[in-house]
Amino acid sequence: MSVQFLSGNEAVAHGVRLSRPRVVAAYPITPQTVVVERLAEMVEDGDLAAEFVHVESEHSALALVMGSAAMGVRTFTATSSQGLLYMAECLYYTAGGRWPIVMMNANRALALPWNIYGDQSDSLALISSGWIQSYAETAQEALDLVIQSYAIAEDLRVRTPVLVNLDGFVLTHTYEPVDVPEQEQVDAFLPSPDFPVGYPGTFNQENPQSLAITAGPGDYTVFKFKQHQDMVAAAGPIREVDERFIQHFGRGVAGLTEGYQLDDAELVIVTLGSIAGTVRTVVDELRTEGVKAGLLRLRYLRPFPTAEVLAGLFGPQRSAKVAAIGILEKDISFGHQGTVSLEVKAALYEAATQGALPPAINFVAGLGGQEIGLADIRRFFTALAEAAQGQQKPLVQFLGMEHAQ
Amino acid sequence: MSISIKTLPNPEHFVGHKACGGCGGSLIVRWVLKVLGEKTHVVIPAGCMSAVGFIYPQMALGVNAIISPFAATGAVLSGIAAVVRAKGLTDVPVVGFAGDGATADIGLQSLSGALDRREKIIYICYDNEAYMNTGIQKSGATPWGVRTTTSPRGFRPELDAPKKDLLRIAAAHGIPYAATASVGYANDLLKKIEKAGQVDGPSFLHIFAPCPTGWGCEADATVQLGKSVVDTGLWPLLEWESRQLTINRQPKKFAPLEEYLAGQGRYRNITEDEIAALEAVRDRNWRELRAWNIHSSVNPDFG
Ligand SMILES: Cc1ncc(C[n+]2csc(CCOP(=O)(O)OP(=O)(O)O)c2C)c(N)n1
Ligand code: SF4
Repeated sequence: MSVQFLSGNEAVAHGVRLSRPRVVAAYPITPQTVVVERLAEMVEDGDLAAEFVHVESEHSALALVMGSAAMGVRTFTATSSQGLLYMAECLYYTAGGRWPIVMMNANRALALPWNIYGDQSDSLALISSGWIQSYAETAQEALDLVIQSYAIAEDLRVRTPVLVNLDGFVLTHTYEPVDVPEQEQVDAFLPSPDFPVGYPGTFNQENPQSLAITAGPGDYTVFKFKQHQDMVAAAGPIREVDERFIQHFGRGVAGLTEGYQLDDAELVIVTLGSIAGTVRTVVDELRTEGVKAGLLRLRYLRPFPTAEVLAGLFGPQRSAKVAAIGILEKDISFGHQGTVSLEVKAALYEAATQGALPPAINFVAGLGGQEIGLADIRRFFTALAEAAQGQQKPLVQFLGMEHAQ
Repeated sequence: MSISIKTLPNPEHFVGHKACGGCGGSLIVRWVLKVLGEKTHVVIPAGCMSAVGFIYPQMALGVNAIISPFAATGAVLSGIAAVVRAKGLTDVPVVGFAGDGATADIGLQSLSGALDRREKIIYICYDNEAYMNTGIQKSGATPWGVRTTTSPRGFRPELDAPKKDLLRIAAAHGIPYAATASVGYANDLLKKIEKAGQVDGPSFLHIFAPCPTGWGCEADATVQLGKSVVDTGLWPLLEWESRQLTINRQPKKFAPLEEYLAGQGRYRNITEDEIAALEAVRDRNWRELRAWNIHSSVNPDFG
């Protein structure tokens, strides 16, 4: 293992190199480009024995690696924003065909207005596409998630593609020390990049296969139910992979969520991605002031970790009751709330039968690269404290638009 | 012995499909797979051939095959070709069968990428001159005068030759082999498939594929129409190889257009004047083809 000073994008490129995909195809878009450039370099330098294919669009990028996956090999692609939406058809397609493709997405705002900076509306728009979705907090976690994603996606119980999300610029372009594992370590962790003969969803020389087929109304439901069931059940293999990763590499988080100062927290911010780091800092500050603040970080949004969220907020290990919940995200589902808020609240409903729920506020912040400072997060916690005391608060609050709300 | 309809291998690789009687597209798939054999990997985008061939649980293709997203035939072919390359596999033909809409319109970008990258693929456009699977809508390959459900009185644009010239588009990519063919000239078609299979790099075949359902013709008229479209000069049989154009069949005199147009409901309300205009466009096209032919033979670098 060697410690290198890497950006999130570079960390992803190393994670991909170490996972030895046979085919890489990607189309450039800011802020993902560095991943693609590094991988191209690695292939040219002979550090990665992959076919690097220059494609004409994101739609083609994902369709192309799907063709390669059907040939039974590990693949990689990466995109962002407009590119992710441009390939939207292929996301549903590859998920329905159950190909274990891994893709990195640099979370970026969607036009219009044009904006190249970070927010999460791109991946959240495709949350129902059938891809497992994870969100990295640090460059280290990004590298680790790439390796873990292959183990998860290719697991026969899962066979579902994985989208690894990194906040645009804030994570993709920020440098930090990253432990880069040795090739032998990763080789011992992952199966061969050539899938075994007979792996479902792949061509077979002895026994030819028809793939990506048509199914009528009755059969279609059966396929979709199975897809849903396996996605729900993927939480198990994800945890197994996390635990195996910790044993093998000596670091990591076990589980689809991660708590910080959570078990006695009265005011909890639920969030995802790199902003969790800032929330941690504010939690530490508030704790020194006697405020029982805490963080619940969602590492995965699909499968949605309902049980973990409920356990974190209401489980028997808790020493204090949660008095107010804030859901902080860089997204808005126009006409309702942020997508993550809708997800978390749907999970909370499961707990509603056990008693009254604490108030929950959706903080929409960081749209189009808007900076979220320590003071902003402090204000979110203050709003939660006031809501806990019974003050009426707007359910959805846009950072910086307080005057208009 | 070179391939011909008489020496076509017996094994069938496309059976039990649900194409209409007399479907030119399905005939092409069947013939091509006989020529290229059981190791072929097939990509078919959304369209009639995928709709009739992959209905769960009854699969019609006896070789490895996959439906691609409508716009992505070239990309999925490329993904397969990349693994063939990576693994050093030999004798694995990678062939796409795409309709004219999938080729000339929505899939043109992806086709262009694959040709530009010199992928070792065989791309076959079976041209039934409209979007058939969605109910006979006009495509970028619909000829002047044709009735479709989106040009119910007959497609009459100002442009006198609207059908996109796919052979020239393919040739403009500088690929090693591009050709046109028709189901009416089977031996010519089969030889071109065989040749395409031997090319190192991309090859492109544009094949005339009558569609009785969409054209309002008899189900047993497919081969006859495939002949008369060539004999009338509307569908020249061409090969573009090593940057040179060859005109495979040079009729001394074109058969009258009426021979081809009659018996097709889609041309029902075309007038005599319009037929004369179509003839003039045809003649211009042939002058241009001959010029291209001479030019490319004289100086191959300028093909
Ligand atoms: C992205 C997308 N747009 C539209 C369609 C609908 N669609 C499916 S098949 C088809 C027509 C195909 O026409 P063509 O490629 O000419 O093949 P044919 O059906 O004539 O064999 C269309 C429009 C689709 N499947 N995907
Ligand atoms: S509609 Fe035309 S192209 Fe489609 S299956 Fe029938 S005959 Fe073939």
